[in-house]
Amino acid sequence: MNSAIPHSQTGYTHTAIGLHWLIGIAIVGTFALGLYMHELPLSPQKLKLYSWHKWAGVTIFLFALLRLTWRVSHRPPALPAGMPGWQRSAAEATHVLLYLLMFAVPLSGWLMSSAKGFPTVWFGVLPLPDLLQKDTDLGDLLQQMHKLLNFTLAGLVATHAGAALKHHFLDRDEILARMLPFLGRSKNGERK
Amino acid sequence: MKFRLPGLALAAILITAPAAQAVEFTQYQHGKSSLAFVYKQMNVPVDGQFKSFRARLAFDPSKPTAARAEFEIDLASVDAGSKDANDEVAGKAWFDTKAFPVARFVATSVKPLGNNRYEVAGKMSIKGKTQDLSTPVTVTQQGSNATFDGSLVLKRADYGIGDGIWADFGTVANEIQIKFRLVASAAAAK
Repeated sequence: MNSAIPHSQTGYTHTAIGLHWLIGIAIVGTFALGLYMHELPLSPQKLKLYSWHKWAGVTIFLFALLRLTWRVSHRPPALPAGMPGWQRSAAEATHVLLYLLMFAVPLSGWLMSSAKGFPTVWFGVLPLPDLLQKDTDLGDLLQQMHKLLNFTLAGLVATHAGAALKHHFLDRDEILARMLPFLGRSKNGERK
Repeated sequence: MKFRLPGLALAAILITAPAAQAVEFTQYQHGKSSLAFVYKQMNVPVDGQFKSFRARLAFDPSKPTAARAEFEIDLASVDAGSKDANDEVAGKAWFDTKAFPVARFVATSVKPLGNNRYEVAGKMSIKGKTQDLSTPVTVTQQGSNATFDGSLVLKRADYGIGDGIWADFGTVANEIQIKFRLVASAAAAK
């Protein structure tokens, strides 16, 4: 993303912080639910969990849209001045991929459901259109895709969280604190 | 039909439908027939179908009330939308196909509704339970073929389909939408 809009001097907006944590927690929960429900033998409980997982995925997709809209109209604060170039590039790449996967993961799940012949009805009320006709082979392929994208996302989330902790505890900069305002670390890295 | 008057009926047939013009559709065509259903789980409509079924029928448009129809479904041939679902519905809680491999419908009356539509009533037997069932049927004649199209709602609980943990309709709804198409051709001319 270019710097058409100047970096914020005052940190992330409350909206950006709220969306970050809302989506972050939803992603971790929906991912864990996906891993768990997948192993269950068929039962009413399994069908319920699958539906909840799909509702959560659609919801994350919509919040991600909102978040992307916010992101392009509100520049995030600048990275710490002394950060090496490779770390800036890595951070940039991770964030771009995270944004991509916030859309690609739910999208692959939706397509996979359609191809498997199980439409998505958001919260049991709003039927989503089926973008694909039923096709078992394509459904299996999309399942592999959904899995691959999810493990990629899991790896990126771990990298992202690990990097934030590294900045906080090793580099002792304000990276984590600006997303967690109660940490209240000041700009020179000392606690208030 | 409560009263059968074969003599009068026969007379009526002889008068109104000379043998030379009477067409009776009796040759069931499996390849052109289909039996599909839609069930809802968590309010999600899922398509299914049966692959193996057969019908014996005799339908003469000039004397529809004398029509006969019998329909058999091999329940193990179900496609309920996924392999998991197919394995599940063959089991004891659902069709119990080992003990009850075949579902059978025998028509007991055919009532003309006009416009080539008929109300077919009969007895449906699934999983050892027999219930009255009726369905509207639309008949379309094309050349030597007659197509019988119908759709109806069957309540799975009436036949104990989906017992135990599945008995609650909160996940899998009670109502199963059924759509059938049977094709029969006219008997070979004598």
